[in-house]
Parts: sequence; C-alpha cells; structure tokens
Amino acid sequence: MSLEEARALAAAVPDPELPVLTLGDLGIVREVRRDAGGGLEVVITPTYSGCPAMDAIREDIGKALPGARVVTVLAPPWSTDWITDEGRRKLREHGLSPPRRTDGPVALTLGVRCPRCGSPRTRLVSRYGSTACKAMYACQECLEPFDHFKEI
Amino acid sequence: MNPLEIGDDCLVLAQRLAEWVTRAPTLEEDVALANLSLDLLGQARALLSRAGNEDELAYLREPGQFRNCLLTEQPNGDFARTIVRHLFYAGFLYEMYRAHPEDEVAAKGVKEIAYHRDYAALWTRRLGLGTEESHRRMTAALDALWPFTGELFAADPGLREPWSAFVETTLAESGLAVPREARQRDGGRRGEHTPHLSELLAEMQALHREHAGATW
Repeated sequence: MSLEEARALAAAVPDPELPVLTLGDLGIVREVRRDAGGGLEVVITPTYSGCPAMDAIREDIGKALPGARVVTVLAPPWSTDWITDEGRRKLREHGLSPPRRTDGPVALTLGVRCPRCGSPRTRLVSRYGSTACKAMYACQECLEPFDHFKEI
Repeated sequence: MNPLEIGDDCLVLAQRLAEWVTRAPTLEEDVALANLSLDLLGQARALLSRAGNEDELAYLREPGQFRNCLLTEQPNGDFARTIVRHLFYAGFLYEMYRAHPEDEVAAKGVKEIAYHRDYAALWTRRLGLGTEESHRRMTAALDALWPFTGELFAADPGLREPWSAFVETTLAESGLAVPREARQRDGGRRGEHTPHLSELLAEMQALHREHAGATW
C-alpha cells in the first residue's frame, strides 16, 4: 500500500462521536508515515485533552489499516480552524452550526447563525453541550435548539 | 510547571466536579460541570503520565503522597461554593498554562481553561447580581475559600498579580467584595491535607484497590 492510499484510508475513518464527519474532515489525522522498520505510523491529535473518543479512534484506525501503529501527539494543539470546508458543509447539513474561524479576518464576536433557518438571531444556552466540542444554542426566529461547534 | 502538583490539582478537582453529575441545579449545568471535569481529567492524565504511571499515581497513593493544593480538595458545598472554587482555581491554572507556552499540555490546556474561566466568571456575575440569597451564598463561599488562595502562588509568585486582576475585576462586576485578608492555609504541596482528601480518595480508589488491574 502506498502512503497516499494509507492516508486516504485513515482520513476516511468516521469520527465515533460525530459520524457525519471523518477524521480527515476534523483535522485529527496529522500525518501518515513509515517508521524505521517500514511499518505504517498514523499520527493523531485529540480535539480536547479529555476527549473520551480517543481509544475508539485508535481502534477504528487499526481496523482500517491493520498493523498500523497509532501515535498520539498534543502539539501543536488542535484548533477548529483545522476543520475542512467539506467538514463545515457536512456540519451545517446535519443541523450543527460550524465553528467560526479564529485565524481569519472575521472577528469572533460575529454571531452564530441558526443551521436550520439561517437566522442570526440566536441565543447561547450553555457553553457546554453533549460532547466537549459543542455549545448549546437556541434560535429566536424558528425557536429550534441546536448545537454549535465551539471555537478553540 | 511541576507535573505532579498541577496533575494532582487537575485530578482531584476533576473528581470533585464529577460528584455533581446527576445532582446539579439544572440539566445544562450538569452537562457543563461534567465537561469541566473531563477537560481536567484529560490534562491530569497527560501530566501524571509525565510524572510516572498515571494509574499507579491516581489509584495507589495515600493522601499524604498527593501534592494537590488544598483548594482543589475542598468539598463542593452549594453551587456558589463550587463556582467560587472554580473561579479561583481556573483563574490560577489559566495563568500557569499561559506562562508555559513551550509545554504541550499547557499550550493545549490554556484553550480549554479559558472557557472554564469564562464559565466561572459568568456564574459569579449571575449569582452576585442575582437575588439576596445568591449574593449571600457567594459572599459566604468567597470568605470560606479565600484562605486557600495563597497556596496557589507558592511556587510561582509572579502569577498572583494577573490572577488578582482577573478575580478583582470579576468580583467588582458582580457586586461582590474581595474578602479581607484572612489567615492563609497551606500544606497540600507537602502532602499535609485536610481530611476531605481522604474521603475523596476513598471513593475514587475503591474500585481499583478492590479489583486491581480490572478492565471494562
């Protein structure tokens, strides 16, 4: 198997907590390389320090790439800016509000839009949600509650 | 940054916060407190793995071998007490992590703890400016926990100034007074703990001590 093929397989593994996204969409797979002995090595980074899905992710990569060694690194720290445009599109499609860019020209004070009706009139319900990476919002236009992928 | 001291702080505070699960005032806060706990547990694991074997350090040490500060082991009390403890500790941990950008746990943790600090500051404002009852409880919590704040800065006195600025600004915005200087208590960093730590560890370590090496 070429490194290119191995990269594609690792990147296509679905995230266990947000299965609409792949590990590639989330920017969790940092590198796929060969170690000194020629074996495959997949380098991943957690979204949050306490992400409980890391064990499942390691296992799933092992199933997609039998024999590969999975290495976890903390630096550089993961950022929601690493979520791809494709990933952002999928989040919106599934009723999740994608994170705003923290590295671009758009200020973070820009509001969160309702993924259902598109209204900017939304309200933060709680900064913490069903998984570490999400905050709870509610739309004041269509009244729908929704999850927002919070910027980090 | 001492990985055993900060790792123990994170572990003990994570355990305290987890005690709120299914008991928090509202479902949103139940979820929020569990998330705060999880962040700290993740940071604790990374730091304790640096100091040794994380499982042995967490499950097989006696209270006198823990190096966490006394603040983190203080009981949850009411919600106000938990919020003030988190305001003080997250305020400190944020400055500690920010002072060590070269450390990968700190560089990652600072982004998470920034949310913890905001969470605690937001609730401090709500409760300080809320009702007479919430204001009274916040004042009682501030007075009760203030004596444990001095110990935070023993290793790194330079962190006190930015911490004080954050705490004083938050309390001023919340209509709450900074407690008067009280006799400070310390000893956690030397392993001299309050009896509360023994109770916390008895619960946290029970399963591992009874079924050593058990897995799911």
